[in-house]
Amino acid sequence: MDLQTTTYLVVGASFALYIGIAIWARAGSTSEFYAAGGQVPPVMNGMATAADWMSAASFISMAGLIANMGYGGGLFLMGWTGGYVLLAMLLAPYLRKFGKFTVPQFIGDRFYSKSASTVAVICLLTASLTYIIGQMTGVGVAFSRFLNVSSDTGIYIGQAIVFLYAVFGGMKGITYTQVAQYIVLICAYIVPAVFISLNLTGNPIPQLGLGSTMSGSDIALLTRLDTVVTELGFGKYTTTTAGSTLNMFVYTMSLMIGTAGLPHVIMRFFTVPKVADARSSAGWALIFIALLYTTAPAVAAMAKYNLHATVNTAVAKGGDLYAPEASIKAEDRPDWMKRWEKTGLLKFKDANGDGRIQFYNDKTKNPEAKAKADAAGWKGNELTVNADIIVLANPEIALLPNWVIALVAAGGLAAALSTAAGLLMAISSAVSHDLVKGIFAPDISEKNELLAGKISMAVAIVVSGYLGLNPPGFAAGTVALAFGIAASSLFPAIMMGIFSKKMNKEGAIAGMLAGLFITLFYVFAHKGIFFIKGTDFLPMIGGANSFFGITPEAFGAVGALVNFAVAFIVDKMTKEPPEHIQAMVEAVRVPRGAKVVDGAH
Amino acid sequence: MNDQGAAYWSATLRLLGGILAVWFICSFGAGILFADALNSIKLGGYPLGFWFAHQGSIYIFIALIFIYAKLMGDLDRKFDVHEE
Repeated sequence: MDLQTTTYLVVGASFALYIGIAIWARAGSTSEFYAAGGQVPPVMNGMATAADWMSAASFISMAGLIANMGYGGGLFLMGWTGGYVLLAMLLAPYLRKFGKFTVPQFIGDRFYSKSASTVAVICLLTASLTYIIGQMTGVGVAFSRFLNVSSDTGIYIGQAIVFLYAVFGGMKGITYTQVAQYIVLICAYIVPAVFISLNLTGNPIPQLGLGSTMSGSDIALLTRLDTVVTELGFGKYTTTTAGSTLNMFVYTMSLMIGTAGLPHVIMRFFTVPKVADARSSAGWALIFIALLYTTAPAVAAMAKYNLHATVNTAVAKGGDLYAPEASIKAEDRPDWMKRWEKTGLLKFKDANGDGRIQFYNDKTKNPEAKAKADAAGWKGNELTVNADIIVLANPEIALLPNWVIALVAAGGLAAALSTAAGLLMAISSAVSHDLVKGIFAPDISEKNELLAGKISMAVAIVVSGYLGLNPPGFAAGTVALAFGIAASSLFPAIMMGIFSKKMNKEGAIAGMLAGLFITLFYVFAHKGIFFIKGTDFLPMIGGANSFFGITPEAFGAVGALVNFAVAFIVDKMTKEPPEHIQAMVEAVRVPRGAKVVDGAH
Repeated sequence: MNDQGAAYWSATLRLLGGILAVWFICSFGAGILFADALNSIKLGGYPLGFWFAHQGSIYIFIALIFIYAKLMGDLDRKFDVHEE
């Protein structure tokens, strides 16, 4: 069977499974629609959270970025897992005790103010929409390869499928579907990694393979990779940091607190039966997430090695990387390259007209590499590989069997769809429940509330799809921006709501607005206002990364500091919260007396 | 808040502080600030600082959450505030 047919079969079968489950578990009441009636056990909930969490950014994009960045890519690994420790300890159990099922509801009640809840909705919508733009980019990549179309067409098709999929069921439908999606995506990630690790190092466990020696030699894989990439003018793989140590530090922090502040993740912890379950649920989620996150660095390093080994035969055989015959002839390039060229995400251009592919860093600051490239008559890098295709192309690069390639396509689609669905749930509940029912039309019927939710989903899909056509960066980078926004606006407000009895509504509202504003200002200066191309205003802030060399993706941690500071100053200047609110905070701090979540006020 | 409640809350904060310290030292410490220094030590084929950033901190995070859940459960029972 040829590759295309196998891919259709595997992807089709996985979709049939998800849709089947969604129909079987269709949500009835609004409470089931949003929070599955508070009845999902911790291990199941952990698995669903993991599927929800591991988006196109984690599955498709992250390993590719790590392959590009090397050691510095560790900020994604630490940032997107370390936040669970914060979530488990600082937020989840208390929010579960609080017993409401959306974040704006908590903020509105705790800060006794509809304005606070409205500001929280604005923060939530900004973060979630940015996140979905990143997802749409990933969906586009996955569909373009899967259907052999351009990545723009991929996004259009993806939009339609995400829409059908998300309006189908509510949280309960999604929870069980996501368990199935988790299983598909984790198999899809690990199976090729095992094959590749076995090929390269003889060790089937990728986490150990990455630390092993190459098959048939006593040189460690990472040492060999370091040598090859340094010689070709790239940064040393195991030490190249992300910008600067300071930038890596705040970037990691920003992702961690963003994780703890992202509404679609927090919502998950409202669906467990007890406070104690909310604590361990985060641990289960992290175990399932770690399966992918500890495999990703192996995928990254091995894919990078394999990519170089494919176009430069001296990488595997040893010898001079700059010898003319080491670079492969363009006409002999493998089929997978031709397949990806169609999507426009991999490009080959014969700069020096010798009919061979030279893949190196032509902007290197390493004089030795530069001298060698000049001496060999290389006239510039001839191969551009979009970082977002590394994971999907990985099994093809390693020449693995067709069913593995098909499985990876199914996994990538599962990852993108499950997260998009979770985010759309968060958006629709924020709009229909917190905004329409909570503020504009308190006596709306249950049916109309669901309808408002579905309409807001549709709008979110169209907007994010449009912006996804001109994404502000690679999928994982765009998603990192969303984390920065959540980190700077929602996390500090929730945290102060629990840990500071005296924090009042003025402080919280001012803090959220200040954090959100300063972060968006810095991000939009780099990426354009609302990510629309050509509206960036870098000169106004003194050039790119002008704030201590911090990149816009990393700025969320700074925004969070501003949020805390502004909140405390304003809090000191205004009167303290009423007695019953302080009593409520005390009640939230003890587990006893937790009720099943309810939606009614 | 009564004395019992205040004691429970300060015990909780102490526990959180301890866990956050470990959390910080292994990720931001070993994985970022001291990664260069640790890289001179090898763990198999891994330089140690690189290992912390790409593998080690994740394993430690998982352990931390379960340790927290266990100790917190003990605290709840000690102060008799657990769920029935």
